[in-house]
Amino acid sequence: MLRTTLFAAAAALAANGAAAQTEITWWHAMGGQLGETVNELANRFNESQSDYRITPVYKGGYEDTLTATIAAFRAGEQPNIVQVFDAGAATIIGAEGAVIPVADLITEAGVDFNAEDYIPGVRFFYADSAGKMVGMPFNSSAPIMYYNTAALEEAGVEAPKTWEEFEAIAPALKEAGYVPLAQSHTPWIFTENFHSRHNIPFATNNNGFDGAQGTQILVNNDAIKTHFTKLKEWLDAGYYGYYGAGWGDNQAPFENGEVAIWLGSSGSFGGLKNSVDFDFSADVLPYWEAINPNPTASFIGGAALFAMSGKSDEENRAAAEFFKFLSSADVQAFWHKETGYVPITTAAYEQVKAEGYYDETPQAEVGITQLNLPTGDYSKGYRLGFYVQIRDVMNREYGRIFAGETDVETAFATIEEEGNRLLERFAQTSN
Amino acid sequence: MKKAQFSNPWLPYALLAPQMLIIAIFFLWPAAEAIRSSFYLEDPFFGNATFVGLQNYTDAFRASDYQRTAWFTALFVTLVSLLSLAIGLMLAVSADRVLRGQSSYKTLLMWVYAIAPPVAGLIGVMLFDQHIGPLVDFFALFGWEMRLGVNYWDTGIAIIIVSTWKQIPYNFIFFLSGLQSIPNSVKEAARIDCRSERRRFWTITFPLLAPTSFFLLILNITYAMFETFGTIDQMVKDQPGNSPVTLVYKVYRDGFRGNDLGGSAAQSVVLMVLVLILTIVQFRLIERRVHYN
Repeated sequence: MLRTTLFAAAAALAANGAAAQTEITWWHAMGGQLGETVNELANRFNESQSDYRITPVYKGGYEDTLTATIAAFRAGEQPNIVQVFDAGAATIIGAEGAVIPVADLITEAGVDFNAEDYIPGVRFFYADSAGKMVGMPFNSSAPIMYYNTAALEEAGVEAPKTWEEFEAIAPALKEAGYVPLAQSHTPWIFTENFHSRHNIPFATNNNGFDGAQGTQILVNNDAIKTHFTKLKEWLDAGYYGYYGAGWGDNQAPFENGEVAIWLGSSGSFGGLKNSVDFDFSADVLPYWEAINPNPTASFIGGAALFAMSGKSDEENRAAAEFFKFLSSADVQAFWHKETGYVPITTAAYEQVKAEGYYDETPQAEVGITQLNLPTGDYSKGYRLGFYVQIRDVMNREYGRIFAGETDVETAFATIEEEGNRLLERFAQTSN
Repeated sequence: MKKAQFSNPWLPYALLAPQMLIIAIFFLWPAAEAIRSSFYLEDPFFGNATFVGLQNYTDAFRASDYQRTAWFTALFVTLVSLLSLAIGLMLAVSADRVLRGQSSYKTLLMWVYAIAPPVAGLIGVMLFDQHIGPLVDFFALFGWEMRLGVNYWDTGIAIIIVSTWKQIPYNFIFFLSGLQSIPNSVKEAARIDCRSERRRFWTITFPLLAPTSFFLLILNITYAMFETFGTIDQMVKDQPGNSPVTLVYKVYRDGFRGNDLGGSAAQSVVLMVLVLILTIVQFRLIERRVHYN
């Protein structure tokens, strides 16, 4: 008891000593090693100045963090900054007044802000339809192709650039005793980014960016149905391994050397580097030459930071200062190298490049290269409501295709029908 | 019969009040709130609700997997309740017979009960892991290539096994205490009248255990229906995909992961009605045959 009192008194004294400091909180979804890096970022910010103090709090996975934020917001207890993932973007950006657009927050605080500093692919995904940045891109990633160098050498093949090439080399890889291909997120890699990479519209209303009213999903198209018909053929022929909807289950067989080529996130690089004992390399996501001979960039995945409304000017200023700190080239370079997530500003990218980092680890550059590919009208992503459920529907139907419980045609008709019903429901919540 | 008397007429109400308050705050109010929000579509951040009538219900029923989920739930609840009751009873009867070291057997058998459902799920994930799970290796010996998270029924069976395993100790404890409360005189009399142990069990012991069994049946159904979603969430690794889930897990998923409050509320009202019907049936039909004295 005495100890607690003393401790409390000491804490009170410490707090008094730093009375001038503005305290802000930051809810994030980065567990494990990524969480450590997040804490390191916060420490660096706190040490870099004495006016503000940020406290990062880990709130579980992406969905948990968003749900916790909503509950807190309704109770008036929201944090200053919250990390929201790509599939939740429509929910938080659609709730007008719940967040202060980053562009406004920073300008109002009198901090310099220039949207042009950010890499194009990064800039658009969390912006409103007028192009104003609403969220501050934080952990931005692209789905890329990793491959086991020794496995490809053993089979005497080169890493494929296109799916046509993959189809040609798959038998040799299988012959060499490998499962040629696996991937970790069917909706993200083989659906959303499939549309981006081939510049195919994913939804009406400019892929949903122009508003929720009347938006319909366009996923039931021939291009993607061809892709999934092929995937099923490959699965049956032993050229493709499907290990369920979980991320780790599909990454594990690559890590233990069963799978030769694995499609994952550019943000997986930091972890892979430590977990595998073989040489691996990376390249951009393959595409179908027959569908689009001029493939476009993939859109940005991962998550962004949002400044919640209802906070004092002082605290908003602190958040703005933190965003500025986060966008600085040094911090971005550190974050990029530590985690494999792409740097969000051109300056940071140039700096890392100048240091010669990509000469040593060319795999780390793949994500940025892919995001810097030419963009098309439909390559910059999507903004769809109740998208977490739509992804659930996709995962379910894809699982059924691969298990042979349904055919490609029926599965995509179901995804379209249920997806549109969910979009309609979402539009009803936001009018 | 002697009529109980309170000196102050308000005293019984005052004594009842705390319990009533708890029921009102934690059961009636949320239930009423669920019914109300099941008729609205609500934006999650501001709670601006639009009245949509029965749309949340029709949308839920029209989803292609609702029926499949409902069937799996029925199967899941039946299997988990019956299996865990049967195994719990079997273990209790065996432990009751043991004379030496009974308490260590009991402790060992009860141990599992201390495990929280998500932890049980986590253990299940490890046992049934596609790549390194020992149980998967074991089943492979019989030519069954089990794939958790890929094959619908493989996942279903794994979830049923883990959920049953977790509930056995609970049933064991109650059955054991039920068995030990049967008077020795009754047992001895039965032993004189009937040599067959099996027959003695079904004609004497089991009917005397009926009140315990009835109580456990209700609790097991509630467990399988509502408390297993932590286990399921762990076993499907937060990505149900094509894996079988229960109706409650769907309520959780749509409401807490998808922020579709109206849709989730409608589904939970459907469950509420189902449980209400089930409870009435149980008390009307089964309880009549249970003798408490």
